[in-house]
Amino acid sequence: MKLNVNSEIAYTHLITRKKQTIIAALGVTVGIGIFIFMISLVVGFNRYSDEALFKAEPHIRIYQDDTLSRPLIKQIKPNYTTVIINPKIANLSNTLINPEKIIADLKKQDDIVTVTPQVSVNIFYNNGISQINGEASGVNILEANDMFNIESTMLAGDVRNLLSTSNGILIGVGIAEKLNIQLYDNINITSSIGVVKMMKVEGIFKTANSNIDLTKSYINLAMSQQLMKKSSSYLTDILVNIEDPNEAPKFSKKLQSSTIYKVEDWQAANEQSMSNKKTRQVMFGSISLAILLVAAFGIYNIINMTIKEKLNDIAILKATGFSGKDVINIFLKESLIMGIIGTSFGLLMAAGLIKFVSGIYIGGDREYFPIGYESPIFFIGAILGVLITLGAGYIPAIGAAKIDPIEIFRK
Amino acid sequence: MEKKIILQTKKIGKYFYQPVKFKALDDVSFKVFESEFITLIGKSGSGKSTLLYILSTMDTDYEGELFIGNEKITGQKPNYLAAIRNKNIGFVFQFHYLLPEFSCLKNVMIPALKLGKYSHQEIEEQAYQKLELLGIRDQALKPASKLSGGQQQRVAIARALINQPKIIMCDEPTGNLDSKNTGIVLETFQQLSSEFGQTIIAVTHDNDFAKASNRIIELADGKLINNT
Repeated sequence: MKLNVNSEIAYTHLITRKKQTIIAALGVTVGIGIFIFMISLVVGFNRYSDEALFKAEPHIRIYQDDTLSRPLIKQIKPNYTTVIINPKIANLSNTLINPEKIIADLKKQDDIVTVTPQVSVNIFYNNGISQINGEASGVNILEANDMFNIESTMLAGDVRNLLSTSNGILIGVGIAEKLNIQLYDNINITSSIGVVKMMKVEGIFKTANSNIDLTKSYINLAMSQQLMKKSSSYLTDILVNIEDPNEAPKFSKKLQSSTIYKVEDWQAANEQSMSNKKTRQVMFGSISLAILLVAAFGIYNIINMTIKEKLNDIAILKATGFSGKDVINIFLKESLIMGIIGTSFGLLMAAGLIKFVSGIYIGGDREYFPIGYESPIFFIGAILGVLITLGAGYIPAIGAAKIDPIEIFRK
Repeated sequence: MEKKIILQTKKIGKYFYQPVKFKALDDVSFKVFESEFITLIGKSGSGKSTLLYILSTMDTDYEGELFIGNEKITGQKPNYLAAIRNKNIGFVFQFHYLLPEFSCLKNVMIPALKLGKYSHQEIEEQAYQKLELLGIRDQALKPASKLSGGQQQRVAIARALINQPKIIMCDEPTGNLDSKNTGIVLETFQQLSSEFGQTIIAVTHDNDFAKASNRIIELADGKLINNT
């Protein structure tokens, strides 16, 4: 084995001080391990909560927003004509006009995964004297299933039965319990404009949100139009799923410019959960960065101590022709080696922690802790670990390079 | 026959500013010829070590000019000076200053590995030769810290020789040795200078050591008072 002389010196320093080397590397191991673990935790949890969200919501929703009446004449100049108006919601109907064209246009776009129409109807579920108000979504059940993965939430029945049963309904488990309704029982529903229908329960579902389970149901599109006494061209929403949900705001902006209807992405519709997500990211991010920083100080300390103890050696090296650059090179190599050892074990530690935590049973619809091996995070962790240790070694190394050998020899 | 000049100083002056401004060296000019064994003597505080550090290129904060060979050293960049030291100057210090984690052999090899002129194997061979020359070949693979003071000093001399430097500079090379080891080191220097034509400049307190050299340069209060 032939090393260059700087590497050889760095290597010898490290192995003759095994204990300190191991302690410094261990600091990095813990730092990187915890860093990757925590970030994976956040990413896993965010993915889980997004998934839960997307079982009830599309990435993008297009609907007719309420518009306010405008004054008949404009205020021409300030202080000239005073126009007093009493703005009222001026929608004649909340239907989308020519929705087939919008759907067809959307389907032509590249990043679109699913486009499906929907009619939202406010209804009452009745069984005897008990009554619950809620919202029925009139959908094309196969497309809706593609979008929300309703199938995965089904406790009983089958989503496909809606295809063969025009008055079929899928209800949330909360409604079923409260009204004491079983699969294939009949349920009476009343729409907001007073149309009453007898429906047959073809499925019961349970989402992560008990509030949704207590209000939501799926019915056929035609049935919902009948409940509103409207024709088959009546549609209240167009729901869109795209490839990458994170691109939704960009996409909705693009869509908004080509339609008069309101285009809303899921981020805008869920500001609360978005801000929770951001808080989580900032919180965990800063904690794990702090841990990394502590690890970096460990490296800094060890290198600094090595340099303090090796003043004579550094003076000798400089006297025999090693330049300041060589001295920096030696100590950078030492911290790099410690960093690489520490980081590799840190990756192993993170993998171990993730494996352990992902086995913890938490119940709910997810059952196990929502965490997984996120290769980009491991990659970032590895890069960060090496960079930070290099930085931590560089500062004392510069100091070492500036040591004046004469001062050492004079003592 | 005119001898070749190895090192030359022209009107070297040096100030210390701590604790008060003080002229440590004043107008020091002399020449050193090839294969000379020169000792720098003077009382404590006469400036002899200060002068040696300037000659060694490690101290760059001085007035006047320094030449090694025909090359002007004054005003060169630190990295270039490091390369010059590596190639042209070997050091021997009062305290042996070996790298304690390395074997004697490695200690001798390190300046040559830095120079990078020969292969690892050639350097190892040369290092063994130098250790042989100094009679400590059998200690080659021991850690430097396990050797006696006299042996360590000989390893340091071997290290100074490894790159076949133009000059060997010594700061009190026998200051920390008993009389027996002092004798050995002195003999070694004489042998190096007479048999191998090695130029040596040594700072010393020891009058016997000085008398054994070819030429004595004496300093007092920073001035050159004797050059015989």
